[in-house]
Amino acid sequence: MSVTPMISGTTTAQPKFRLPREAGLTESEAERIRFLLDREPNALEWGMFGAMWSEHCAYKHSKTLLRTLPTTGARVALGPGENAGAVDLGDGLLCVFKVESHNHPSAVEPYQGAATGVGGILRDIFAMGARPIAVLNGLFFGPPEREATRRLVRGVVGGISFYGNCVGIPDVGGHVTFAPGYADNPLVNAMCVGLVERADLRSAATAKPGSAVYLVGSDTGRDGIAGASLLASFELGSADAAKRPSVQVGNPFLEKLLLEATLELVALDAVEAIQDLGAAGLTCASSEVAAKSNVGMRIDVDSVPRRATGMIPYEVMLSESQERMLVIARPGREADIERVFARWELHGVRIGEVIADERLEIRSDGEIVASLPPKALADDAPEYDVREWSAAPAEAPQMDTPRVDEPVQKIGLELLELLGSPDVASRAILYRTYDQMVGTDTVVGPGADAAVMRIKGRLDGIAIALDAQPHVAALDPFTGAAAAVAEATRNLVCVGAEPLAITDCLNLGNPERPEGAWQLERTIAGISAACDALEIPVVSGNVSLYNATHGRDIWPTATIGAVGRIADVTKHIPARTGEPGDLVLLAGSAQVSLAASTYAGLRGHSDGTVRIDLALEARLQRFVRAAHARGAIRAAHDRAEGGLGVALAELAIRDGIGMKVTLPAVRGIDKRVMLFGEGPSGIVLVIRTADELLVRAIATEHDVPLWTLGAIGGDILEIAPVLGTPVASLVRAHRDGLGHALGRAS
Amino acid sequence: MRVAVLRFPGTWSETDFAHALSLVGADADILWHADADLRGYDAAVVPGGFAYGDYLRAGAIAAISPAADELRRADREGMPILGSCNGFQILCEIGLLPGALVRNRHGEFRCDWVHLRIESDRTPFTGGLRGAVVRMPIAHGEGCWVADDLTLARIEANGQVVFRYTDARGAATPDGNPNGSTANIAGLANENGNVVGLMPHPERCSEELLGGTDGRRVLEALTASRHTGMVSGSVQ
Repeated sequence: MSVTPMISGTTTAQPKFRLPREAGLTESEAERIRFLLDREPNALEWGMFGAMWSEHCAYKHSKTLLRTLPTTGARVALGPGENAGAVDLGDGLLCVFKVESHNHPSAVEPYQGAATGVGGILRDIFAMGARPIAVLNGLFFGPPEREATRRLVRGVVGGISFYGNCVGIPDVGGHVTFAPGYADNPLVNAMCVGLVERADLRSAATAKPGSAVYLVGSDTGRDGIAGASLLASFELGSADAAKRPSVQVGNPFLEKLLLEATLELVALDAVEAIQDLGAAGLTCASSEVAAKSNVGMRIDVDSVPRRATGMIPYEVMLSESQERMLVIARPGREADIERVFARWELHGVRIGEVIADERLEIRSDGEIVASLPPKALADDAPEYDVREWSAAPAEAPQMDTPRVDEPVQKIGLELLELLGSPDVASRAILYRTYDQMVGTDTVVGPGADAAVMRIKGRLDGIAIALDAQPHVAALDPFTGAAAAVAEATRNLVCVGAEPLAITDCLNLGNPERPEGAWQLERTIAGISAACDALEIPVVSGNVSLYNATHGRDIWPTATIGAVGRIADVTKHIPARTGEPGDLVLLAGSAQVSLAASTYAGLRGHSDGTVRIDLALEARLQRFVRAAHARGAIRAAHDRAEGGLGVALAELAIRDGIGMKVTLPAVRGIDKRVMLFGEGPSGIVLVIRTADELLVRAIATEHDVPLWTLGAIGGDILEIAPVLGTPVASLVRAHRDGLGHALGRAS
Repeated sequence: MRVAVLRFPGTWSETDFAHALSLVGADADILWHADADLRGYDAAVVPGGFAYGDYLRAGAIAAISPAADELRRADREGMPILGSCNGFQILCEIGLLPGALVRNRHGEFRCDWVHLRIESDRTPFTGGLRGAVVRMPIAHGEGCWVADDLTLARIEANGQVVFRYTDARGAATPDGNPNGSTANIAGLANENGNVVGLMPHPERCSEELLGGTDGRRVLEALTASRHTGMVSGSVQ
């Protein structure tokens, strides 16, 4: 059927707006649509294009640059393009994972925004046929002393807790930053990791003509009409309260039913293709399945179960009601599908069929109300190459490193202050509200360098880390993004894993401004450079642009989720201090500075220059893996926020055992800078004395600098010649810091 | 030993329990709540989760499932029944255990390791464990056990309190109480001792790799109880 359907705008089926602009399209985009269709779309069709061609759904400003990321490798089972990417763990088991943002909904309504963010990323994983085994969160808030921040933290953490705990997926780690760059525009990123046998992997690209199309899960309501797609495609402004009805409401129990039913249908091999309904709802799910499968789809919009009366097709097609899936049945298996829906007490309704003709045909009340080529909706949005107008900020960050002039005797107090500071202090008061252990696979949960999960019935396990370097990126988006990739993979190495692949969530400002364009360009270039140097591919990701409020962009923020494999999970590097007498070493780079450091940040400085030596980073990671393979590593910890001093203190806090160490002497680096300065590519190692020669030999072989700092023992952290602090004081400062910062009673 | 593990739509600890039970040599079957038949089993477990989403009150809807009648029948025959977390809430809701579980006093969901003192060995799950101070995980938002004074006095007098929250040294202090539960009660038994409910998760601490094995002692006590004949509750 290739006739031009004639749909006048006069029927009740049509939404109110008359102009493409009201659907969020520019005049040139409207022109492109008219050209693609060779006719004038009706209002419903404008609305469908508006959502599908929104930045959130179409990646208009990022697609061209994203193609430059390395996405292939020996372990890659599925690269970007599906609901999530996958790596091969061996023996037919795949690990499926993705990180995604839910920033704008969380800014408008923190509790539901964060909750539905968890729901969305879970559906991305089980839509692939994989069982989710872990979630992680990347959260970025403004200064903790602000009442607005405290409200956001309560809402966001409460929403994650509410949703994840009910569905029963452990929350095993993540990253939290408090910084002025997020005061008006918090970021909420969620990552999910799942497992699936290769034979059970499902796709959205395998629908065949003649198959029945089911919509299952929640009834469709007016909540979130074009919510994520449009809300996430413009800047936040003073009218945000008016957008609140656009935020979806989550029902985690329904999600649990949907999860179990979907995996049961996969196990029965009764489905041809699955797609979750997220941004742009039914329009996106149906057009994407049809476009990827090179088919069309006919949908009877009147058969879609609704929550409200009087909904017009536009509302049904663009609703972002949560907890819904589109399921394409294998021919002849419709009864099985309906039986599984019934067993899980799910409302699943046949709403249409797959057709050979590549058209998405929406019918209502006996007439065709929209008829569009799926690929025009899903694939043909314009791509804007931001390099054409990108420009570095005129006011380059100052290059001088902040001075330090406090007298040396205060240095012990400074360490305690840093340990209790919002970016360093223990996150336990947040993550203890998340179930971290359900599933009985969590070997190492939140609070460590990386999470470690075992896989029942297998020797190997996986490690997961989620990291970001917003302070560095604020100075230089390239280095910040590269440092985030380096840190996430380094954290995997610190628990004894081999990094396999990453997923990236790019949170940036307005790409239409020269500086925003430049930040996007440099962020992707930084990820690309780090991935090349560390030989690690990107298998999935998400881009969230327009994170700006009243014209002010957030700090460019690449949240990197990394997944690694531990050949024998019982031999991961545990999060312990080590035994008395063990040696404490620093491996990697000692070229630290106070630029972008937590220490300088507490004193109101954020300037300077951070450098990353990606070749050294690669050698460092290979060295630690090689030393661990020889059984020589007792404990390891990344030197991160707060520098070497905090890394040593955190090591001592793990088992409450002290140590006696001396700072490395490096020409031109002051003692305080050596203690609190930050820089990529540093790992503190704890080894048996007897292994020192072996470890030195392996370091030499990998051309990695190594300093022996001292030995574990006692109940004091003694860092000669600058401080000696009881471990009990370190524990208290670290444990109570975040509660104090957020104004909570401990 | 054959153990039935009940599964409601929103249960999420059923496979965790089945796995932990397999480690102590028990054969665990996961039974769907709507048609669960406990005949032929030596014991039943009602695991954790959010049986029906529990937006109303934890365990409230599960209490009207056909499984509730089946549990009552099995109890009449003396079958050992263990409810953990949401399972404890359900056993209280259906009247197999006294009292009720309400929102944690601090209002938050709490997932953490806690210490417990085992107060009674007159149950099939705690044989030989009386006086032991153990460490187990909790994960709940509604784990604060409450009852009227008479009920509390009765279960204390009868020795029905099985698990009490303590500090690391085994003292039942306010600091050791993670949810404000009355008299630091973490778990209790019915009068016969065959039905036991507790908020903590023994299935999550049955392997060294996961950070502890104290939960395994509870499951081992169950498998041992059959051999020693301590409980004559088998329905076979």
